[in-house]
Amino acid sequence: MTGPLVLGIETSCDETGIGIVRGRQLLSNTIASSMDEHARYGGVVPEVAARAHLEALQPSIERALTEAGVTLDDLDAVAVTSGPGLAGALMVGVGAAKGLAVSLGKPLYAVNHLVGHIAADILTSDDRATAPLEYPTIALLVSGGHTSLLHVRDLTTDVELLGETVDDAAGEAFDKVARLLGLPYPGGPQIDIASADGDPRAIRFPRGLSKASDMAKHRYDFSFSGLKTAVARWVERAEAAGEQVPVADVAASFREAVIDVLVTKALAACEDRGVPRLLLGGGVIANRRLREVALERAAAAGVAVRIPPLSLCTDNGAMIAGLAAELIANGRGPSTLGFGADSTLPVTEIQVSPA
Amino acid sequence: MILAVDTSLGTTVAVVDADGRTLAEASTPDPLGHAEVIGDLLAQVVRPGITHVVAGMGPGPFTGLRIGIAAARAFALGRGAPLIPIPSHFAIALDASADGPFAVVTDARRREIAVSVFDGVDADGIPALVRPTRLEKRGVELDEPVHETTELSAAALARVGARAIAAGRVLADAEPLYLRSPDVVQPGAPKRVSS
Ligand SMILES: [Zn+2]
Repeated sequence: MTGPLVLGIETSCDETGIGIVRGRQLLSNTIASSMDEHARYGGVVPEVAARAHLEALQPSIERALTEAGVTLDDLDAVAVTSGPGLAGALMVGVGAAKGLAVSLGKPLYAVNHLVGHIAADILTSDDRATAPLEYPTIALLVSGGHTSLLHVRDLTTDVELLGETVDDAAGEAFDKVARLLGLPYPGGPQIDIASADGDPRAIRFPRGLSKASDMAKHRYDFSFSGLKTAVARWVERAEAAGEQVPVADVAASFREAVIDVLVTKALAACEDRGVPRLLLGGGVIANRRLREVALERAAAAGVAVRIPPLSLCTDNGAMIAGLAAELIANGRGPSTLGFGADSTLPVTEIQVSPA
Repeated sequence: MILAVDTSLGTTVAVVDADGRTLAEASTPDPLGHAEVIGDLLAQVVRPGITHVVAGMGPGPFTGLRIGIAAARAFALGRGAPLIPIPSHFAIALDASADGPFAVVTDARRREIAVSVFDGVDADGIPALVRPTRLEKRGVELDEPVHETTELSAAALARVGARAIAAGRVLADAEPLYLRSPDVVQPGAPKRVSS
């Protein structure tokens, strides 16, 4: 298998990701996370994340090169996430990518992080030879930073945003509810553990933006802050009544509410758009219950589900390199050097500042 | 041949030869937009034969400061060249003409200034830092004559770097001169939502 050799740099949140691909073949996926440093704050602290990126970048690049068995001179291009994400964190990656590309005299591709999550699915490795991603597909991307529903007609030219969260990302909701229940950060895995013996139907928590009256404007949008408040209120009421809070039931019921609304809206998009394919991505896909419910309900709806390996679902540089390799394979030229970090980069901007 | 990069104030890059002569310099005094301009400025000065890369380590507003350091490190990695970290105030001190001790002052935001006191140059030709860099409230009375600036020259930074290399001296840590911790507060108990 051949194709352009690309090194991708991803610093949009708390993972410093360096990936190397040759065309669609994954050669290295190196991730340094500052998650532990954020734990005591209960969420990602942008300044802490940016400092950690600066420290981790060089060793991560060196590690990725070693793992891939290539040198910087071998590279055909450098790729970097321009957005969306945390501005100060993105800028560290942008600065490094520009320094590296100019130093090597190699073309630089600035790309969209969310579209990168979709590109994760086309990467193959020795232990993973996947059938090619079929178009069109609906994509549901869920993480601590984003919750987006996309209609992907072509990875490099045509991605449409159907909806996104209007307040908290789903991953953030997990973190906040975990804290409310006295569980540590990050909340996702903790809620999962706590839910193990809980009844997901014990408490009927609200499904955000799911009422008939929300459908006209927010059919594919998500909202989790009301759900978080509902959980807080339920817990406070139980405490005020002197009851012991049934943490397992609360956690399981909360998790079910999040998953229900994610899967319902994703499958509604599949049906409305006549697209029998759903791609899942983002760190929250690590949640086993989410995968279970999605697979079960998609099967019932006749929708085929694709889930990249977990190491490619969380933020990583390989997906950024992979997207750039696809752009190159489709004859697209590099980005001009004047781009910056765009914390709210729209998903329609797949490549930033093409020549 | 030394490439120097600094984004502690504006964005400035320069290449000087082993004798300290400026071969190329490209700058903008804009205190914002470092991420946007750094690539084009580097492309203007880049050339074969760069043996060392000097990074201005601040002090400076963190978000911008990091961009230059990240770019300098990555550039050095790309050329297999050593990275020489130099505190940015040394470049300002080298270009300042003063008799006796003087204070290099740059804005540190939040109504504070970053202050480094220098007194001439030492035997290696490197500005002599006589009081470590610190933060002060803006408006405070300093003991020394003040040399305040919003710009610095990467060529001067490169020359300080050249002298440090020649003397085998290390003038800065590998980490930026942040002077401030990330100001985050640890969360207290969750706020009540019921009234
Ligand atoms: Zn992401």
